[in-house]
Amino acid sequence: MTALLKLADVSKRFDGLVAVNQMKFDIKKGEIVGLLGPNGSGKTTLINLISGALSPSQGSICINGKNIAGKRADQIARAGVARTFQLVRILPSMTVLENARVPAAFGAKAHRGSEIDRIALTHLKKVGLGDKADMMPGELTYIDQKRLELARALAAEPEVLLLDEWLAGLNPSELQDGIALIKELQSTGLTILLVEHIMEAVRALCPRCVVMNAGTLIADGPTNEVLANPDVVAAYLGDEYDA
Amino acid sequence: MTRTVLFAIAILAGLAILALAPAFLGEYGLGFMVSLMSYVTLATAWAMFSGPTRYISLATVAFFGIGAYTVAVFNETLPYPFVLIVAISIGALLATFVGFATLRLAGVYFVIFSFGLAELVRQLITWFEVNITGTLGRYIFLPFETRHIYWQLLALAAVTIGIGFWIRQTRLGLALKVIGDDELVAAHSGIALARTKVLLFVLSASLMTLAGAIQSPRWVYIEPAIVFNPTISFLTVIMALLGGATRLWGPALGVIPLMILFEWLSASFPDHFSIFLGAMFILIVFLLPKGVLSAVETRLARLKREANA
Repeated sequence: MTALLKLADVSKRFDGLVAVNQMKFDIKKGEIVGLLGPNGSGKTTLINLISGALSPSQGSICINGKNIAGKRADQIARAGVARTFQLVRILPSMTVLENARVPAAFGAKAHRGSEIDRIALTHLKKVGLGDKADMMPGELTYIDQKRLELARALAAEPEVLLLDEWLAGLNPSELQDGIALIKELQSTGLTILLVEHIMEAVRALCPRCVVMNAGTLIADGPTNEVLANPDVVAAYLGDEYDA
Repeated sequence: MTRTVLFAIAILAGLAILALAPAFLGEYGLGFMVSLMSYVTLATAWAMFSGPTRYISLATVAFFGIGAYTVAVFNETLPYPFVLIVAISIGALLATFVGFATLRLAGVYFVIFSFGLAELVRQLITWFEVNITGTLGRYIFLPFETRHIYWQLLALAAVTIGIGFWIRQTRLGLALKVIGDDELVAAHSGIALARTKVLLFVLSASLMTLAGAIQSPRWVYIEPAIVFNPTISFLTVIMALLGGATRLWGPALGVIPLMILFEWLSASFPDHFSIFLGAMFILIVFLLPKGVLSAVETRLARLKREANA
C-alpha cells in the first residue's frame, strides 16, 4: 500500500540553527502515528512544515504522491491537511457553529449554502458539542475549547489530521474522554499524526511511533520497541542521568 | 421577512429625504452635506478593508487625490463617465500593486508605508507637472452645480454601504471575519490570505478614488497640495474608529458628529485645528478602542445581565 503522507529528506534551518534535519518517514492511510521527542526536538516545527505554517529549507512532503513542500498554508489545507495548535486557537468573535463552518466553506471540498451548516454541525456532534453550537467559544470550558478546535479541523474533512499536544492540560477523566474520542476518529479511517508527551495516551492510541531528538529522526517503529530503544531513553532522560 | 421589508423601506425613505436636501439647504449647508457624503464614503470604504484586517491605512488621500487629479487632467478631453472609469482604473491598479507589495508587512510598517505612499504620489505628480508639463495647477470645468455633486456622492455613499452589507453575506465576508480573528487559523482553514486582503484593498481604494473624482469639480482649481492633503487620511481614520470600524454603520455614524465638530473648530480656531485633531485622535483610541456602537452594545448587554440577575 502506498503512503498517504511521505516525508523525504525534510530539513528546516533558521539561519545557522538546524531545527529539523533530514526527516524521513511515511504514514499509510488510516494509520495513527505518534511523534515523540523531548522539548525543543523539533516536533512542532515539523508539524508547521507539513501544514505550511513554515516552508522547508529542503526535502519533499507528499500527500497522495503530490508534493506540497513550500506551498502556502491555505493551499496545503485545501490539499487535505488539517491541524490543531499547541495552544488552543479559537475564533473568539464567532459562535461555536461559525467556528466549525469556516473549514467546511474554505477547505478541500469548499461546500456551499446549507451544506456548510450540515458539515459543521455533524463534526460538532462528533466531538460532543452538538448542543453548544450557538454558544460563544469564550463561554466554553478548556476541554470544550479543545473539542471545538478538533471539530474545526475535522470539518475540513482532511486526509491527514495533525494533532499538536491536543491532550495536554486535560485532567485524568477528561484525558480518558479525549483518548476515546481520538480512537473513535481513527476507527472511521482518518489518518492521524499526533505529537504527544503523555505516554499513557501514546501507548493507548499509537501502534507506531516516530521519535525526534535535536531535529533528527532517532527511532521509527512499533511503540513498545521504540520506547525501549536506548537512544530514545537517553534522549528523554539523558540530561538528568548525565548530571 | 417583514423586518427586512421594513428595513428596506426605512433605507429608501432615508435616501429620498437626503436626496431632497438641496431643496431646503442653502449653498453653505449643501457644501457641508457634500463633505459629509464624501467622508461617509471614505470612512466606510476605509473600514471595509481596515476594520477586519486591522491594517491602519493612511493611504486614503493617495486614492482620493488620484481620483481628483485624473478628473483635472481629462475633464476637457474625455466624456465625464469615461473620466470616472479612467480614475477608478488607475486607483485600482495602484491598489493592486501596492497591495501585493505591502500586505505582507506587519501592522506598524504598513501604517508608515501607506502614509509615505500618499506623499510619494503627491511629490511625483508635483515633479511631473513642474518639470514635464510646466503647469502645477489645473482647472476643472464641468457643468456641475453643488447639488449635482451632492447627488452623485449620496449615490456613491449608498453604494459603498450597500457593498459593505453585501460583503457581509458572502464567503468573502466570512473569510474576512476569520482573518480579523486569527490569520493563522484562517490560513490553515484554507483561506488565501494575500488574495483576500488585496481584493478588499482594491475594492476599498476604488471607492475612495471615485469619491475624489466626483468631489473634484467643487474645487474648480486643483493642485497637489489641495487634493493630497494628509488631513483627509487622518480624518477618515478617526471617523471610522469613532463609530466602530468593524460595524457596517459604524463609520457613517462616526462621520456626522466629527464633521460638525471639525466644521466648528476650523471656523472658530483655524490656527489650532491640528492640535484638536490630534487630541481627538488620542481620546478616541483610548476611550473607545472599538467604537461607539460596540461600547453601547457592551453597556446594554451588561445592563441586561444585571436586570436578569
